Formats: sequence, structure tokens, C-alpha cells
Amino acid sequence: MLPSREEWLAALEARHGKEAQARFSAATVAVCGLGGLGSNVAIALARAGVGKLILLDFDRVDLTNLHRQQYRADQIGRYKTEAMAENLGRIAPYTELVTHTVRLDRDNAPGLLAGADVVCEAFDRPEQKAMLTDVVMEHLPSACLVAASGMAGFGSANDIRTRRLTSRFYLCGDGTSDVAAGEGLLAARVMVCAGHQAHMILRLLTEKPQP
Amino acid sequence: MVKINGESLDVAGKTLADYLAQADYDLQRIAVERNGEIVPKAQYGETVLAEGDSVEVVSFMGGG
Repeated sequence: MLPSREEWLAALEARHGKEAQARFSAATVAVCGLGGLGSNVAIALARAGVGKLILLDFDRVDLTNLHRQQYRADQIGRYKTEAMAENLGRIAPYTELVTHTVRLDRDNAPGLLAGADVVCEAFDRPEQKAMLTDVVMEHLPSACLVAASGMAGFGSANDIRTRRLTSRFYLCGDGTSDVAAGEGLLAARVMVCAGHQAHMILRLLTEKPQP
Repeated sequence: MVKINGESLDVAGKTLADYLAQADYDLQRIAVERNGEIVPKAQYGETVLAEGDSVEVVSFMGGG
């Protein structure tokens, strides 16, 4: 039997403190891209008790995703938004989920991301990362953006870090490794980067602006 | 001089669009921070680099 909403909240408050938990519970975070970064970020935020997650991805779960993305073998072929909502529902049943199975672009992004306190950029293509950065900075003036660049390959996990470029734009990663260079993506190193992103988001929600 | 990605360059007076073209950046893959603010892409052409500016051009890497 599922614990009640009140029991769930009490357990989170015991871990995070009432004040921080109140901020997490009141927050809305948009996760753009549900691959190696976004699937891990979404799980970390749901476990922390973030009140509402907006999940965006156009793609379906593929066998080649399973080495690093938080889906199950029996979810191959399903939309990532639906599969992730199912997994999150089992992990953190009281987190409100909104899913958009859509390719985010310059035109639809402002509307789909409206209301998010923080936007997490978790795409894989550089063009998409740059597009989202431009749109959030220009059209969503009250939102912070936590983006990622450089988590491919077998390089040291310690090279991945969080930088604050402006009061609203944070960048996680090593800044240099590129999947296009044939370095591949390893679950643990991608998770380190996703961990940086999720942790920076939780820090922002508790008004700790430094990485 | 203008500080760009840690390097002092003699580009004051140029527009950001001119500098980025000269330095051969792919505009579709970058974000530009200037003096603590991200410059919207639509403003690259009208943003004139000034003496003492501090600029970082972020080149996004693939993978996620």
C-alpha cells in the first residue's frame, strides 16, 4: 500500500528540513530532453519532492538508450515522456507531471515552458542546446536555465563541474568532450553531469545561487 | 582591448556578429555571455564590442 501524501511529505521534511521542502514542493521544473541527462535529472528532482515536473521529448525509447537512460527493457518503443512518467509515478507518486511529446523549437518553447522556475537543458545536439539557451534567456525572463555541455567519453569524472555564467544561466560539464568525436557516452559520467544539473537546480530552488 | 574567452583581443568597435564571423564560429551552436548577460542571437548584429568588455563564447558540445 502506498504511503499517504502526508506521510510522504513528512519523510521528505525529515530529510531536507521543512523550509527547503516547502520550496521544493512549490517549485516547477521543466526538463527538456529525457535522454541520459534528462531521465536522471527528472528522477533526482522527483525523489527530492519537487512539486511539478514538465517533461519534454519527441523521441521513443530505443535499445541503444538503455546503457545510460533510466528506462526498462520492456519500455523499448514507447515515447520517453510516457515511459518516464510511468517510472516517476512509481518512484514519487505525488509529484505532478506534465508531459509534452513534441520537438521543442523556438516557436513552441515559450508557451510549453511557461511557469517553470527552472529549465533544465538536457538535449544531445549542440544546435538544440544553443536554441533553448537563446529562447529561455530572451523570452522567459523569470526562469533560470541549467544547461550541460561536455560529458562524453572516458575522461575523469572530476573534470565535470558547474559554472555560473550569468545570474540566470548555469552550465554543467567538462566543456570540451564531444560525442561527435566518437568518444561515446558512459552511464556513470553522464550521471555525474546530470547530478550536477539536478543539484544546481535544487540549490537554486533554495536560493543558493553559487555552484 | 576586449577579453574574449580569457584572451585580450583588439576588437573594440566591431559588432559581435562581425567578430563571431571572423573567428569562424557556428552561430547555431553557441551562446555568448557579455559582461554577465547572455546576448540574444537577434542582437548580435547590433551589439558593438566596447573597450573593457568581458565576453565568453560557449561552444556547446554534443551528448546528453
